[in-house]
Amino acid sequence: MKRYIMKRLLQLIPILLGITLLSFLLMNTGTADAVDVMESNTGGVMSEAEKDALRAELGLDRPLTERYAVWLGRTVRGDMGESFVSGQPVFAVFISKLPATIALTVSSIFLTIFLSVPLGIISAVKQNKITDYVIRFLSFIGNSLPNFFASLLLIYIFSLKLNLLPVMGNQTDWKSIILPTLTLTLSMASKYTRQVRATVLEELNKDYVQGARARGIREKRILYCSVLRTSMLTTVTLLALSVGSLLGGTAIVESIFMWDGVGRMAVDAVAMRDYPVIQVYVIWMAVIYVCINLFTDIVYRYLDPRIRLGQEDRRS
Amino acid sequence: MKEKWGAGMRTRKKVKNYMALKLIIFGTLAAAVILMAVFAPYLTPFDPYEQDLGNALLPPGRVHFLGTDRYGRDMLSRVIMGSQTTIFSALFLVSVVTVIGSVLGIICGYCGGRGDSFLMRLSDIFLAFPGMVFAIAAASVMNGGIWNAVAALACISWPKYARIARSQVMSVKNQPYIAAARLSGSGFWKIIGKHVVPNIAGPVVVTAVLDIGTMMMEIAGLSFLGLGATPPTAEWGSMMSNGRSMLQTSPWVILAPGAAIFLTVMIFNLMGDTVRDFLDPRQRKR
Repeated sequence: MKRYIMKRLLQLIPILLGITLLSFLLMNTGTADAVDVMESNTGGVMSEAEKDALRAELGLDRPLTERYAVWLGRTVRGDMGESFVSGQPVFAVFISKLPATIALTVSSIFLTIFLSVPLGIISAVKQNKITDYVIRFLSFIGNSLPNFFASLLLIYIFSLKLNLLPVMGNQTDWKSIILPTLTLTLSMASKYTRQVRATVLEELNKDYVQGARARGIREKRILYCSVLRTSMLTTVTLLALSVGSLLGGTAIVESIFMWDGVGRMAVDAVAMRDYPVIQVYVIWMAVIYVCINLFTDIVYRYLDPRIRLGQEDRRS
Repeated sequence: MKEKWGAGMRTRKKVKNYMALKLIIFGTLAAAVILMAVFAPYLTPFDPYEQDLGNALLPPGRVHFLGTDRYGRDMLSRVIMGSQTTIFSALFLVSVVTVIGSVLGIICGYCGGRGDSFLMRLSDIFLAFPGMVFAIAAASVMNGGIWNAVAALACISWPKYARIARSQVMSVKNQPYIAAARLSGSGFWKIIGKHVVPNIAGPVVVTAVLDIGTMMMEIAGLSFLGLGATPPTAEWGSMMSNGRSMLQTSPWVILAPGAAIFLTVMIFNLMGDTVRDFLDPRQRKR
């Protein structure tokens, strides 16, 4: 186990390097010229000579590899430059906005678990009955609803028509987290209800269930004591793996609900072409995503003896 | 559970017929939506771009079936016209990504070696980004525009297909029939084209068809953020984004394109599920 963790951590290094290199190239090639953007943002007019001087000052006239090395060194130390717009250090801004996004992600994950696990189990146990069809139909609807449409619908129904919940997320009012959470949960829960259903069905078809039935053990006991334990492991792992995509998917929802998290920060930065802010967002989201995936993988391995014992060398 | 082992020929045939029927129904619906997009310019009752400020923000009625937007443009015409942008770009995106991803995956899987490990490490890196995060960043660097949004999403989606194609090729390439083909003097391209591709196509096609709906939502999402289609163009995501401030006073400006995306994505998702059930009997249980 220890060897496996070490191995995975070592494998992380090239991936992290790749993430930074890709983000660096993304922001430093193509149409994005930092000096031009700064000029248009400050509204001032600069002569070509002044621009060149500024480029030299920022080190933009150096070869790309050298700039990458310098930039990487600063990035590792948490110094990722200042915002073109506000002039604040972007890393500090990112850190200050992260808790709001994490709160939203965590609340959506929990609501998803509370909804999709029972619904998926019911759906699997009542396979091809009315209940199953209704649940599957609902999950299908949730799956086809883009989250920006879902959030506008929820705002329309709950805030404008029923006047129950606030639209804006000002974080002082606990009610403001409800609608964004619901929006994010809607698509997640639809996806995972189907997932839970499939896993439970698969487990119910295994030989040991037949054996237990033959021995006269009650169906409920089989379900709760054996089937659920094994199928939940898979489901929760899958759920944890989707935390990353959830972190990314919050961008649209955050900007609709004015939720003051990193997603909205990025969307606002896109409108202003504030590249340092976008860069910090891309890199750190990717790093968080990779770390969560690695963590889930290790925990899953730890919890599931089949993988730990059987495939020690085959995986990885 | 009951029908799994005990299914007789008749039940199995019934299931198959039922599936074929489903495939025909959803296939027809999807074809109808695509045809609507193709013939959009001839189907619109009004000019989707002609402004008529005297008739701005009319609620749905007899003349303007879905109402008008704030420039007095007919919503129904704009929704029909918008199908073109959203559907074509999603289909284009999925086909480009499928072709590029599987070609790379097949070559990697079949040839192996340094190129393979390099490309797989590269795909590791792309897969390390949450999709939408990378797409937002890439589209913003490329200055928006529907084709740049498509390019941004293509950048992040090809590794998935490369992975699937590669793993399929790896499992196929050591089969005796490939060795037989090689021994009987077939060249590289003939083996790939005649023996490898037909045998790995199933999972790749299933993934591609299932992805159409998701891609549509992502393209519309980028447009919603202002990173896809630019304002005068009729596109569902950007139409909704432009109507956001009018949600309270004239909700139809949002509901019409929203319902259009929802229905289209639903049709393509249903078709995707049916195609998967049809091509991949192992997963029929889901």
